[in-house]
Formats: sequence, structure tokens, C-alpha cells
Amino acid sequence: MNRSLKVLLCLFALAVGCMAQTTLNGAGATFPYPIYSKWFSEYHNQHSDVQVNYQSIGSGGGIRQVQAGTVDFGATDGPMSDEQIAQSKVKVLHVPTVLGAVVPAYNISGVSQEVKFTPEVIAGIFLGKISNWNDAAIAKANPDIKFPSQNITVVHRSDGSGTSYIFTDYLSKISSDWQSATGKGTSVKWPVGVGGKGNEGVAGMIRNLPGSIGYIELIYALQNKINFGSVKNSSGTFVKASLESTTAAAQGVKMPADFRVSITNPPGKNAYPIASFTWLLVPTSPTDKTKGKMVKDLVLWALDNGEGMAAGLSYAPLPKEVVDKVKATVNQQVK
Amino acid sequence: MPESTSSSNKPDPAQQTPQPVTAIPALAQAARERKTVRGPSVLERIRHTHPRSSRIPDAIFAVLILLTAASVFAIVVFVLWELFDKSRLSLHQFGLHFFFGHDWDPVNDQYGAMPFIYGTLMSSFLALLLAVPLSIGVAVYVTEMCPQRLRSIISFLVELLAAIPSVIYGLWAIFVLAPLLRDYIQPFLAKVLGWTGFFSGPIYGLGMLAAGIILAIMIVPIVASITREVLAAVPQNQREAVLALGATRWEMIRMGVLRNARIGIVGAVILGLGRALGETMAVTMVIGNRPEVSKSLFAPGYTMASVIANEFSEATGDMYLSALVEIGLALFLVTLIVNAMARLLVWSITGGSGGRARA
Repeated sequence: MNRSLKVLLCLFALAVGCMAQTTLNGAGATFPYPIYSKWFSEYHNQHSDVQVNYQSIGSGGGIRQVQAGTVDFGATDGPMSDEQIAQSKVKVLHVPTVLGAVVPAYNISGVSQEVKFTPEVIAGIFLGKISNWNDAAIAKANPDIKFPSQNITVVHRSDGSGTSYIFTDYLSKISSDWQSATGKGTSVKWPVGVGGKGNEGVAGMIRNLPGSIGYIELIYALQNKINFGSVKNSSGTFVKASLESTTAAAQGVKMPADFRVSITNPPGKNAYPIASFTWLLVPTSPTDKTKGKMVKDLVLWALDNGEGMAAGLSYAPLPKEVVDKVKATVNQQVK
Repeated sequence: MPESTSSSNKPDPAQQTPQPVTAIPALAQAARERKTVRGPSVLERIRHTHPRSSRIPDAIFAVLILLTAASVFAIVVFVLWELFDKSRLSLHQFGLHFFFGHDWDPVNDQYGAMPFIYGTLMSSFLALLLAVPLSIGVAVYVTEMCPQRLRSIISFLVELLAAIPSVIYGLWAIFVLAPLLRDYIQPFLAKVLGWTGFFSGPIYGLGMLAAGIILAIMIVPIVASITREVLAAVPQNQREAVLALGATRWEMIRMGVLRNARIGIVGAVILGLGRALGETMAVTMVIGNRPEVSKSLFAPGYTMASVIANEFSEATGDMYLSALVEIGLALFLVTLIVNAMARLLVWSITGGSGGRARA
């Protein structure tokens, strides 16, 4: 009896000892999950007293959890709306971390070259107004490709996702018809097409459906060696998505003070037009001051040391000037 | 311990022993009359039939068992209440129109569940249409006509099908079934049966038909293995009696086996239907996820379970979330109604004898 009591006490002491390590909880976007988990495990290696537990439950869940105060920080692929900010009791700062891009992938019988897409063609196809690959508008942008007469099948994401948000945000900017008929969101009412679940679902459908076109994340396309087309940007150049052209998209944009900015269709000769930031949501006046300070340190560390790791995992790093501005704001606003 | 419970009329040991003796004839009487031993209440019966010392453990046991049974009710009520509570916003906004509306537009906060209800019912119905004859065929072959050695192999394979995770079925459907449908089966159906309107329109491979087929494959193991058990439970002398009357083998199976086992088979079908209604992953991967009601089985559709799985994690607005929860409520109600109808079907077959298999 006495001995088992001692063992129990020892175990308890051990447990208390372990608790000296603080766990920070975060939740949200799935898109940056690979880079975040690399950052957080690296951070734990350097600061053994802090363990970060990040759950990729989706942007919507991230926003809700941070509003409810159940996590120490959130993450989202689409910025919170003005309405959401007005409703939220917890004031948060949007901290851009890395950039993602969305690319058009297609499967056209007999066409293996890189197809060039103008904004009008992309909008026309996704609105259902261009329904055959032999359409004159497509041929005009690609004079050296011979297109077959084949019906176009649009493939979109069926699950709510930041990828859909970026893509529909782009469509809303370049086409007033899209803006009025559909709008932008993580899930929208698609005028035409079929839905696939996740990047892998969309890519699988495109591979299996001759005549199909869809949109997937740049990272997924790069890692799985999927061919994709280039898109004409606002200064009239056709740009193929790459880490460099995605970072370039963030360079020409004027950053607002709260960093809630859409960078689709940006100015800049080399900028790829369908790109976006992904954000961490950091409470500006956290209830738990010690944890709040830890989150702040973590974010500053990530901006200093994390950007260099981004390219290795196919994420586009933030431009230097954006990093500086974000760091200054974090230092100033997060208490 | 017994003192505390029965201090008012403390029995002497002499009285205690005869009690079970008098109780046993009562039990025997009940058995003779072929009544199920259903006394006024469990507790009362225990009091009559058992010596006092064993009453308390039995009473505790009875209460515990009662609690486990009651927990089922509690869970159902709790789920229903939660669904109502969390969907209050959209219930209030759209009312009954929610269940009949065709619009699903998260950007403009317009929600209607009709395409999803239709998709769930249609895909499950298709699945039953394909799976039930197949399963009954498998079960009849295994129990009635199969050589002993083959029997265990077929049974094993059927049960193996049940163990495959649904995401694997989904992937298989995308990469194998859909191209097969697109290149061979759908063009053929369009040519032969296109005039009916059920097999027309653009051919994607993916769509309602693909979802129905994949669901059918997924419910075959359930329906087939339960049907097999039911058929095996039909007494041998029933078969012998029919054969003795000069019936052929087919007549023997029809009259001697299937007729006796029909209630059990309906039960198997209901279980299969339950899985088909709730299946999410595999269906999501092949149905095309387009919230539309269209007559053609080639067209993409959408199911209730799929839309919840697809959109819940990224849904941000309150109304949007509420509408998704209300889809869950609709799924709950549809399942309830379908099961109630199936139960009525069983009753009509058995002539009201309460669904206890006679086999």
C-alpha cells in the first residue's frame, strides 16, 4: 500500500514536471498544414519548452475556434469578412505567412502542349458560355495548337476549400457576369460542371475525363507532375505559375494595415494572377498573457526563419518587404 | 444487507425455503401454455421466483439492463434535439420550403435540400435494385446448390467485400468503374434505352448511375450474408416436404425456402438500405456533387451525407452552418420515414405478427 502510494506520488511529480512544457493549440486551414507542421516541429527543436499542436480542420473551423477562444491561434486561407470581424468578440490580427497559387489543369484529346488561357476564356468556360474546345476564343490565344471538337467538362472542388475561394475570387474580379451570377466563396453555386473531393479528386477526374478542365493547387500540381496552363495577367503577359511568379504577385499589391487583402489579378509584369496569401489568425489581446507572448514569439520566429523553408515544400515565400511590414505590425499590435 | 431493505417483515428461515418451490410450477405452467414468460414486470417476477438473498443482485441487474435499453432512447432524443436546436436559424428562415427548395447557394445564403434528398433516395434505390437480386442469388447458391468446398470460399469472399474501406471503393470507382461506364456501358445504355429519358445526356462516367453501382457493391455483402444466415435457418424438413410433394429444385427453393425466409430477407434488405442511405465517402467521390434533380441517371447528383461532409469544415456563416445541420435533420427524418415504411412492409407481409421470423 505504502509503496504503491509512493509510486503514485512519483508519477504525479513526473506529470507536473512535464507540464513545464507549454502546449500552444492552433487550428484551421488545411492548405498550409505541411509547412506549418514543419515550422512548429522545428520551433520545438529549438525551444524545447514550447510544443505547438496544430490541427488542420479547415479555414471555417479555424475562424470559429479562434472566435470562441478554444485555440491560441487560428489559420485561414480566406480572410475573415467584415461581418465576421464585427461579430467576433476576440480581436485578431491577420498574419500572412506564405503564398499559394491555383492553376488550370486540363485533359484535351490530342493536345499535349501548354495551353494559354486568357481571363475571358477561363470565365467563359466556367460560366458555361464556352462549351467546346474548338471555340474561337481559345484558338485565338493559342494559334499554334490545333484543338479538337470536344465538349468541355468543368471539374470543380466539391468540398469547401480555400482553393475554391482563391479561384472564385479571381473569377469575380475578371468577370462581372461571374460576380453577379455566382460570386466568391469556399463553396459556390457552380453554373456548370461536376465536383471532385479534394485536389486529388479533381486531378483524378481530369485525368479520367477527356475534354475536362479544372483548377488545382500549384503545390499539388508540382508534386504530382501534373501539366497545367499559363494565364494572362493584368499587364497582358501569359505567366505560368511557379513559386517565383506567385511571390511576384504579392510584390505589386499595396498592403492594407490589417493585411486582409486579395492579391488575385495583381499588377506586375511577372505576377501570376491566381494567387493568395494564407493567414495565421493571432488574437491581439489574448486572455492568457503568457501564452499570448509565446504565440507572438512563434509568429515572429516563423517570419524570420520559416520563409526560407517554404520553397523546399513548394510554398511561395512572402516578398522581403511584406515580411518586414508584417513583423512591425505584429510587434506593435499583439500585446 | 437484506435487513436494511426488509426490516418491516423480516422472514424466518422456514418461510424462505418453500418460496422457490411454489414458484417453479408457475413457470412450468407458463411454459406448458407456450406463453413467453412475460410477467407484470421484471422486478415483480424476481420477487416471486427467487429467494430473498438473490433478489438484490437481480434487481440491480434488471435496473442496469433497463438503463442500457433506455440509453438508446436517450441518444435518439438527444440527437434529434441537437439537430433541431442547431438548425433553428434556417428552420426559422426557410420553414418547410427548405425541404422542397432547389437552390443551394452559400454565397447568397439561399438553401434548399431537395436535390440532396432526391440524390440520397435515388442512389439508395438504384443500389437496392441492383444489389438485392444479386445478394439473394448469392445466398441461394451458397446455401442450396453450392459444393461444400466452394461454399466457404464464396462466403469468405463476400465477407471480405464488407471489410474494404469505403474510400478504397471510391478510388476504385474513379479509376476503374467510371472509365468503364463512360467508354462501354453508358454508350450502350444510351443507344438501347435512351428513349426512356433515364439514360440520356452527356456521358461523364461519374454521376448517379456510378454512385448507385458502387453503393450496390458495398451493400451486397451485408444483404447476402444475412440472407444466407436466414436461408440456412429454414428447417431441413421444410425442403424435404416440398420435394416429397414432387416439386422441382426451383419450386423447392421458391416455396420451401424463400417463402419461409421472406421476413428475414426483408430485414436484410432494410439493413442494406440503412448503409446505402448513410454512405458518404465512396458516393461523394463518384456522384459528381452537383445539387440538381435530373431524370437522367447519367447526370451528376448530390446526397445529403455528401454535402455535409464536403462543406461543413469550411462553412463560416451562421446561416450556412445552420442549413447544413438542417440537412442532417432531413437525413435523420428521411431515414426514419424509410425505416418506418420498411417496417410497415414487413408487417403487411407477416400479417401483423410483429416481424418475428417464423423460419
